[in-house]
Amino acid sequence: MKESTKVNKGNMSCPTNENDFAIQTFAITKKFGNLTAVDGVDLSIKSGEMFSLLGPNGAGKTTTIKMLCCLLKPTAGTATVMGHDIQKEPLAIKEIIDVSPQETAIAGHLNAWENLALICGIYGLSKEETRKRSEELLELMGLTKRAKEQARKFSGGMQRRLSIAMALISDPQVLFLDEPTLGLDPQARRSMWERIEDLKGKKTILLTTHYLEEADALADRIAIIDKGKIIALGTPQELKNSISDKRTMVVKARNLTPDSIDGLKKMYPEAKKIEGGVEIRANELSFDKIVDFLRSKGATIESMSMKEPSLDDVFLQLTGKELRE
Amino acid sequence: MRFTALAIRNFKEMIRDPLSIGFEVGLPPVFMVMFWALGESVGGDIFTATMLAPAVTVFGFAFLTMFSAIMLARDRQSALLSRLLTTPLRSSDFIVAYSLPFILIAILQIVACFAMGALLGLEVYGNIGIVFLVLLLMAICCLGLGTILGSVFTENQVSGVGSAVIVFVSLFGGCWMDMETIGGVFQGIGYSLPFAHAVDAARDVLMGSGFGDITTDLCWVLGYTVVFFVLGVLCFRWRTRG
Repeated sequence: MKESTKVNKGNMSCPTNENDFAIQTFAITKKFGNLTAVDGVDLSIKSGEMFSLLGPNGAGKTTTIKMLCCLLKPTAGTATVMGHDIQKEPLAIKEIIDVSPQETAIAGHLNAWENLALICGIYGLSKEETRKRSEELLELMGLTKRAKEQARKFSGGMQRRLSIAMALISDPQVLFLDEPTLGLDPQARRSMWERIEDLKGKKTILLTTHYLEEADALADRIAIIDKGKIIALGTPQELKNSISDKRTMVVKARNLTPDSIDGLKKMYPEAKKIEGGVEIRANELSFDKIVDFLRSKGATIESMSMKEPSLDDVFLQLTGKELRE
Repeated sequence: MRFTALAIRNFKEMIRDPLSIGFEVGLPPVFMVMFWALGESVGGDIFTATMLAPAVTVFGFAFLTMFSAIMLARDRQSALLSRLLTTPLRSSDFIVAYSLPFILIAILQIVACFAMGALLGLEVYGNIGIVFLVLLLMAICCLGLGTILGSVFTENQVSGVGSAVIVFVSLFGGCWMDMETIGGVFQGIGYSLPFAHAVDAARDVLMGSGFGDITTDLCWVLGYTVVFFVLGVLCFRWRTRG
């Protein structure tokens, strides 16, 4: 196992020493009857990396996480977490990981303090340590004020934050966050991102999401998963660059005549009219030439900006479908 | 001990639902009165307070089987338990944590039944402490059975299966009729299960028997307790393995 040299699909600048990997999967596969939920996935996640599995519902993200935290046995292949094999040493792995499951997982009749104490007790933390960490995490998650109320009375967002606090309190070396912002409103989602961002570099985090913005904002590297297979892997920027060498410029301008757009099309065949301006796609874009040409045609330029390709575009190109239905 | 934290949680979960506790502890004394009243009007040796108190207590433990099974079955389907399965807790930790809190209910049931019995003319010739221990062991045995049911069945199924267990215990425990007089297959089945042995042992001690007279009965109950818990752990492991 230790000798095997699995090459990472993205062929990124990965450490060559196997011990630097927190999580490695070796053609890991899970079948449920005829359905192959995870299909020969090879991943190598570095220690301290924030790695995101991005894909639509049913792509195999949660199944992958469940296998890595020893809840599901793989049908074929295997994986290691901090060097421990998931099938041979599940208890050693359970000591050093924690999971925030996709569903909010809290004890409804316990208050926030008691929920956190439950997890601390299982991991054998001292009373003093339990109190100190609980205090910090309740503060971090904005739950201090209502910490003595039973959790079933909390709003969905508060329950979610408590559920994530419970995953953090054992201070795990490896943290699995399965759809951490599912069901949160946009504002709560942003504040959750900030909290996850704070953990960056401190522990290895495997985060699954079907929100592109989330993977883009948080992850060091992203693996796009579809129908159980990894179809792309790299940093967010690499993924965006990978789909095309062309750059896109958006020019907002007044007094744009059809004539001037036709003129632009002669210079840049992929130029097209958009609301209040023009969008130009090309390998090389000359700022000066575009400005000069448009002004010579009597247009007043209000703004010019480069449009980054989005992960949406990446996903669309790779799978031929939108990520969100 | 890792299971302590979860046992405490389950205990709190239980006592923060006071209605069901009231039901679990209140039911057996009510049955005491009903059957005692029955005995008053139709007569019969088996419906005296002394004979009834152990029988009704064991009958009450069948409810304990159902309630502990429901709690485990319900949690097994919850996100919380699947999260806890990713912690270092072992199957045996779960089984212990889901049984321990109900021992308190068992103690309250025994006390409530015997307190009601005392009001209705319970007579004690033997060591009441031994009676208590016999019944406590029977309670733990019933909780072991609960861990099997709670591991194997879903919450909905367990309500039905639990009711069957309650009827079964009341029939084959010799609670409402003398097993000796019925005899035959019925008696055979009854005495190959632990319930009738516990009822007999408790009745015997109340009547004045010593510890030495009930060791066979105790072995039956103890044996079943061990078997139930081992099966409970195995079933739990089987049902939670991916």
